[in-house]
Amino acid sequence: MSNIPDTLLYTSSHEWVEVLSDGTARIGITDHAQELLGDMVYVEVPEVGDEVKSGEECAVVESVKAASDVYSPISGVVVAVNETLAENPGLVNGDPYSDGWIMRIKIADQGELEELFDAESYQDVIDEEDH
Amino acid sequence: MAKKTPLYDQHIACGGKLVDFAGWNMPLNYGSQLDEHHAVRSAAGMFDVSHMTVVDLTGDKVKPFLQYLLANDVDKLKLSGKALYSGMLREDGGVIDDLIVYYIHDTFYRMVVNAGTRDKDMAWLEKQAAAFAVDVNERHDLAMVAVQGPSAREMAHAVLSAAQADAASQLQPFFGVESEGLFIARTGYTGEDGYEMMVPADQAAQLWGALVQQGVRPCGLGARDSLRLEAGMNLYGSDMDETTSPLESGMGWTIAWEPSTRHFIGRKALEAQRRQSGGSKLVGLVLLDKGVLRAHQTVVWNGDPMGETTSGGFSPTLGRSIALARVATEVSDECQVDVRGKMLLCQVVKPPFVRNGKACIKID
Repeated sequence: MSNIPDTLLYTSSHEWVEVLSDGTARIGITDHAQELLGDMVYVEVPEVGDEVKSGEECAVVESVKAASDVYSPISGVVVAVNETLAENPGLVNGDPYSDGWIMRIKIADQGELEELFDAESYQDVIDEEDH
Repeated sequence: MAKKTPLYDQHIACGGKLVDFAGWNMPLNYGSQLDEHHAVRSAAGMFDVSHMTVVDLTGDKVKPFLQYLLANDVDKLKLSGKALYSGMLREDGGVIDDLIVYYIHDTFYRMVVNAGTRDKDMAWLEKQAAAFAVDVNERHDLAMVAVQGPSAREMAHAVLSAAQADAASQLQPFFGVESEGLFIARTGYTGEDGYEMMVPADQAAQLWGALVQQGVRPCGLGARDSLRLEAGMNLYGSDMDETTSPLESGMGWTIAWEPSTRHFIGRKALEAQRRQSGGSKLVGLVLLDKGVLRAHQTVVWNGDPMGETTSGGFSPTLGRSIALARVATEVSDECQVDVRGKMLLCQVVKPPFVRNGKACIKID
């Protein structure tokens, strides 16, 4: 069973969003995603200042198995990226919701958050994939 | 439905993540491919390779048969148990499969071929064997476990009978021996020391369990692939196939040209190819930029596309990405590879990348 914290929002492409109180959001890939991909060996993060759009590629996670695009769940401007992933991409596997975060963006449109799944709905997405 | 090896229950018990591989239910990993890879380089790991095809060849004319069938020459095998790596070629020089053949005695050789090529290999063997009245007997009754790593032999000895351990400990590299129902060979596909052990199917689970008890780490197909890539060993279907000759596949060393009177299948085509200039070769690439090389990416040299990667991935031992690539013969020094639209810089090297736990390439 993969871990799906109640406090986060999710996409059907297996990214998570943590909405912070300062109008920014942290983004990463879910426990389910890292489990499917296997051990991470390289993460290509965006650059601070990059503009990202909801549903568009913003990063690449490369595992022992394959390269996968990460799609930004919401639109905004990148204000921080997780530099430690360059040295330790395995953080995405070991701690996908905390130390394995990928980027933090300034939210452009709060309305986009309503399009995302809560934990329960995201669980349904995973269950459907398995069937 | 995918087939199960005699070790299927052990894979489940060890937490294996199973995938379909060449029609077999095989473990991709048991949690972490990287940890499994490092276990083989630093201590010992084991692989279920029971999906591979073991074929016993017997008959008075088995030696001339193999001298005709294979590009390498079994006449090199003088001592019982000695193994030989060879390509089995079509008339046009394309590689039907790569294999290992063991010389047991003058009328008995044992061959191990790939799982994914089993059907066409068996058909080809049967077809070619008829003229030599050689019996082709596929050993469905055997399972196979590869134990690999610097501690592998010592740990394997601990689970064998005294006689088996004694026989195994005397093996030189690339030799095998039969002992009390077990065929133990000092061979492998990782670039480390170790054994490949053929065991009666009904005893395989017991052997696996004993090795687990010794601390040998179960390893899946993922680690098997990254280990063989570091060792610079070809994977059939990726690095060579029926459309490529051994000369274009880093397998030139497996062609026994002498004696020139030995006619083997594919010889004429290879001789013609050898006389031609140009053509392609298989080289190793080490990625100097950040990123990961994968199979089927375009290699660019002096601004022109010059070939493509045939296998690629992350080398856990080197901490950077490596690949095998089929490129025009003039490609050397440095090249670029188109990785998802980015041109990344690579160093061209001669494989292997890693042997016995150590890097064997220098990065400029």
